[in-house]
Amino acid sequence: MAIELKRRNVVIVGLGAAGGVAALPLARAGLDVVGLEAGTWLAPEDFAPDELRNNVRGWPQAVQKANREIPTHRRNASAPSSPRAAIHPMMNAVGGTTLHYWGQSWRLNPWDFKVVSETRRRYGASRIPAGSTAEDWPFGLEELEPYYDIVEYELGVSGKAGNIQGRIDARGNIFEGPRRREYPMSPLRGSGFTEMVADAARKLGWHPFPGPAAITSRAYDGRPACAYHGFCARGGCHIRSKSSTAVTTIPKAQQTKRFEVVTEAVVTTIEVDRNGRVRGVNYLKGGMEYFQPADVVLLASYVYENVRLLLVSKSAAFPNGLSNNHGQIGRHYFSHNQGASVTALFPRDLNTWYGLPAQGVAIDDWADDNFDHGKLDFIGGGNLWVYSDRRPIAAAEMSTFGRAPRWGSAWKAFVRQNADRWNTAYLQKTTLPYEDNYLDLDPVVKDPLGFPVIRITADFKENDRRLAAFIQDRMAVWFMAAGAVAVERTPIGTMGPTTHAYGGTRMGDNPDTNVVNRWGFSHEAPNLGILGASVMGTSGARNPTLTVQALAWRTADYLVRNWKAVTK
Amino acid sequence: MSRDDSADARGLSRRELLARTVRFGAGAIVPVEMLVRRMPDNAAPAAAAANQAAAREPLETLTAAETATLDAIAARLIPTDENGPGATEARATRYIDRALGGALADAREAYRTGLAAVDAWARASKSAPFAQLSAADQDAILTQMESNTAAGFTPDAATFFNLVRMHTIQGTFCDPYYGGNANFVGWDLIGYPGIRLAATPDDQRMDRRPARVRRSAYDHAMFAKKRPARARLGRIDEPWRSS
Ligand SMILES: Cc1cc2nc3c(=O)[nH]c(=O)nc-3n(C[C@H](O)[C@H](O)[C@H](O)COP(=O)(O)OP(=O)(O)OC[C@H]3O[C@@H](n4cnc5c(N)ncnc54)[C@H](O)[C@@H]3O)c2cc1C
Ligand code: SF4
Repeated sequence: MAIELKRRNVVIVGLGAAGGVAALPLARAGLDVVGLEAGTWLAPEDFAPDELRNNVRGWPQAVQKANREIPTHRRNASAPSSPRAAIHPMMNAVGGTTLHYWGQSWRLNPWDFKVVSETRRRYGASRIPAGSTAEDWPFGLEELEPYYDIVEYELGVSGKAGNIQGRIDARGNIFEGPRRREYPMSPLRGSGFTEMVADAARKLGWHPFPGPAAITSRAYDGRPACAYHGFCARGGCHIRSKSSTAVTTIPKAQQTKRFEVVTEAVVTTIEVDRNGRVRGVNYLKGGMEYFQPADVVLLASYVYENVRLLLVSKSAAFPNGLSNNHGQIGRHYFSHNQGASVTALFPRDLNTWYGLPAQGVAIDDWADDNFDHGKLDFIGGGNLWVYSDRRPIAAAEMSTFGRAPRWGSAWKAFVRQNADRWNTAYLQKTTLPYEDNYLDLDPVVKDPLGFPVIRITADFKENDRRLAAFIQDRMAVWFMAAGAVAVERTPIGTMGPTTHAYGGTRMGDNPDTNVVNRWGFSHEAPNLGILGASVMGTSGARNPTLTVQALAWRTADYLVRNWKAVTK
Repeated sequence: MSRDDSADARGLSRRELLARTVRFGAGAIVPVEMLVRRMPDNAAPAAAAANQAAAREPLETLTAAETATLDAIAARLIPTDENGPGATEARATRYIDRALGGALADAREAYRTGLAAVDAWARASKSAPFAQLSAADQDAILTQMESNTAAGFTPDAATFFNLVRMHTIQGTFCDPYYGGNANFVGWDLIGYPGIRLAATPDDQRMDRRPARVRRSAYDHAMFAKKRPARARLGRIDEPWRSS
């Protein structure tokens, strides 16, 4: 029998990017908040600059929960299962994946909220890809802007504004939507290489700018400036310069004394009463089972676990899984079209051994609807990102561009000369949901506790493939303009488990096609809130996390302002 | 030897260690081995002596016969040649041997059957175990494995070839903490300037080369106490079952 604990106002499941942010406005408002986190605290000493551990073997979390529940994947409902991924990329620890993420902190652009209506208006309804279930967001950028602003300042984001209240500044992103003020910190510095590449973009008539990063470019909030040390990707920060929630919003929330963090607490199911309201959650810790009652449950355990916890939480009120009486849990799933990239070989050493993936130069000229698609056969676009980051094992595993064998003396001579002469861009592209891309429970594969893991049924569609080829061509042009002697395109890959998963509990006004309302609360179970990219219906051409965090703050803020209505 | 004078965990600079080794002459093998033992995670400080010492270290996982075959493969994948030391000097095999008892334990069986298959194929096609063949014959066999035309492998030769290639690269270019990249020969080969906890703007200029730092991540005091777990990934204690 589970041990029943003292009732709380709010229980947050998972303290990563989303849950770690939501805790702060709730605690500041004086609510009694508990955060249940499957992982432990990690300290700066845990974040050794160790490529083998971090990048080759996957992060050895203190708790390997995520690795026990790696989703399975198949391309479509009649395809066989793809080989199971070996490592789950997400983190189990206080701070979640913000501990070892890259820290790029993008706002979405105005078009991303209105993909359907804007495409219809500019090109006609026939240009919405067949089978896509995309909808406009229930609100536009202007409604999220205040929350972007709050989280940029609470977390600490570096960057250069390109549009302050309509005033365009070419040192920032001229395509971004209006923001109320400048970033809290100036952008991260460039490196010799990124500056060379930015110059080449300017010569092409494009508009390069330094990307925004949840990383300190100067001392901020008691944390030192980033040391550009080269082990940021999949490595935590040894000096707390990466603005993970573990060093920002979570400790701030704890300081209010209204927020308790319970670590090594693995939530298994959500309990529901006869009226379809959530009562609290069950969790395991130290071999014991607990029931944590709460007025409100906020689910923030990343897309796959959000969906799984809902689907396994069956009750009389919700026989097909919590909040699933409209059959929408798991629908409108997609993973970001971020695979198809371009690798370039240069005739000189680039000296990119140091830096970080957030230290780079971006191009938005080919993103979203920033260029005319009238004569093109796809909608959407991509953000081109070139950055300074290299480590020795990856350097030696470089492509030989067809110029050398894969081993032996000739290979050795090749890598000796070229290990520091190549660069791979990061190309993130608009991705849309489709009718036949979805998540459900795997009928066979279970985690060690006996719960089914998530099964991903998804594949890239024609729009994704055409867009990818177009963006790769743009990137190849840019690299060649910067002096590359050869370029190679990497494949688009599959839609297996990913760091940029979206949908599954989509947000929208229509309960027939969406799980949560415009505030992030379930249409069916009104005191259940859902945080994370599982609520997002479009991706934009940029990483999700700042949007996830702005939405999390907004949901928490709504709860504070409407406490009685939500909990009645 | 790199021009690095940074002090190691015991407060001795590499140059001092080298000097000691030289002063002790042949007898240095023993003290250096003890040094290596006491700091098992440090790169061996003095190239030649440490290599000899390490050559006597008992293997942790592989048998002597398996090691002979694996040594020979690694020596052809990343050869010692006019471009300097290769996988042999980096002690990539020591890395693989240790890893197969820990993080790569899932691959132990693949090595057992794969290395046996390499030798069986070598005997069948060239009438001698792999390690005793000429470099040209060894290369011919590796080429057959890479192109998947060698028989007798499970699931197939190319899979095993790619596994060994990947691990040999890891063992040559990894942090020496893991037993490979001895004396930083891998990092020197590709010009990696080494692990820094902070990089200056000058360290990121294209017209300069940062000075080489030759230290393991775990030589830095702040990480010295927090060694990465050697347990297999995914097999670390489940907290909800541990009490
Ligand atoms: C290497 C890498 C680089 C990335 N780079 C970027 C980037 O530059 N910019 C960007 O925007 N995004 C980036 N991302 C993506 C980003 O990390 C995610 O978008 C973000 O972390 C998602 O937030 P989340 O809160 O939903 O999930 P997480 O941050 O993963 O947090 C989920 C938390 O829930 C906990 N949890 C899970 N299940 C349970 C359970 N059953 N009970 C209790 N707790 C549970 C987990 O332990 C975890 O702490 C990157 C990801 C990776 C892996
Ligand atoms: S690059 Fe900067 S933010 Fe990233 S881990 Fe290093 S010091 Fe921290």
